[in-house]
Amino acid sequence: MDALTLLPRIFDGVTGLALLLLAFWALASPRLFTGIVMFVAFGLMMSIAWVRLDAPDIALAEVAIGAGLTGALLLAALARLSAAQPAQESTSQSVKRKQTLRLFRWVPALLLAMVAAGLAYAVQSLPPDSPGLSADVAANIARSGVSNPVTAVLLNFRGYDTLLEILVLLLALISVWTLGGLSSRRTVSAGPVLDVLTRVLTPVLLLLSAYLLWAGARSPGGAFQAAAVLAAAGVLLLLAGWRPHPRLTGLPLRLVLVAGPVLFLAFSLTTIATGRNLMEYPPPQAGVLIFFLEAAATLSIGVTLVALFLAERPPDKEGQ
Amino acid sequence: MSAAHFFALVGVGLFCLGLYALIVRAHLLRKILAVNVMGSGVFLVLAALAKRTGNAAPDPVPQAMVITGIVVAVAATAFALVLMLRLVAETGRAKLPDERIE
Repeated sequence: MDALTLLPRIFDGVTGLALLLLAFWALASPRLFTGIVMFVAFGLMMSIAWVRLDAPDIALAEVAIGAGLTGALLLAALARLSAAQPAQESTSQSVKRKQTLRLFRWVPALLLAMVAAGLAYAVQSLPPDSPGLSADVAANIARSGVSNPVTAVLLNFRGYDTLLEILVLLLALISVWTLGGLSSRRTVSAGPVLDVLTRVLTPVLLLLSAYLLWAGARSPGGAFQAAAVLAAAGVLLLLAGWRPHPRLTGLPLRLVLVAGPVLFLAFSLTTIATGRNLMEYPPPQAGVLIFFLEAAATLSIGVTLVALFLAERPPDKEGQ
Repeated sequence: MSAAHFFALVGVGLFCLGLYALIVRAHLLRKILAVNVMGSGVFLVLAALAKRTGNAAPDPVPQAMVITGIVVAVAATAFALVLMLRLVAETGRAKLPDERIE
């Protein structure tokens, strides 16, 4: 085997090993902060693995959401946590108990080794070649209205996945608000670097989000990636101390939050009422319909993610 | 071994690593990290198995499902973090109550 065919294998091997090591350190490091930083690095390494697996759409989503937004959420939660309980627990009694517990850790380790062996055997015994549904997708892509197969699956062939997903996002936000949300954070001065960076980056991120939405029809990108970039801009603004005007957090915020779900539901009901299947697009208008649904979904998902990051329940009515 | 099978095996490893940490680590933030690592492992298995097409383009259906999964995972993580912070506010501890029978 010459060096040129060996090189990708070495690269894959290093990527896989780095993934396992980073995941191990994210879960085993003594300090939580180190663990979270390792988890963000793990997310970035995952996106390299996605590129190696010919999945640039997932790589984009992973970088923006898996590594970026989840990391921001975890760090924000850690900051609130250390504000709530400054001293880390570890009394002598609990240390003693930990030592006795550690003795028994080989029991789950042994069981999980068996699970791992079974799963590895199952994966290994799968046939090496299996086209799956790619032939069906390729046969129908011309009628879907878009030419990026992943967008075609997400918005057209399995559009109900996306419909249910935006509903799940909305449900998560409603659950957070139902719990009463979190108390508002002290706004500390962000410092000149973050201030300037936010001013420069926010317009760029908005533009990038619009581009990803537009490009998603033909090349990697789409509603989720665009929404994640939109959410990143919102999170940056929040970190720099910006808060939406109280007049906007009442009805206008809720209208934006439900715009995507309502449009999706209305469309799917229309398709059923006109005698088609659920979310079955009429082929000539499919491209336009998908674009408008995606635009509404991007806005709603982006704002929902920002609201999940803030996690503060807005007042029920203006002026209350 | 093909790249698809290799990454699927890495995904299995990540899933089990996360499951182990979910069982043995007590801190809730660490448990949330562990669930996220488990999820990444599952996504890796899904997308790696979609790559079993030789030199042709991979199967887009599992890829689309993984993208959906990533967004659902971040929503669940955000909710779990708020639940944890509420628990800390109520009890002062970031761990689940220990129900050992004395």
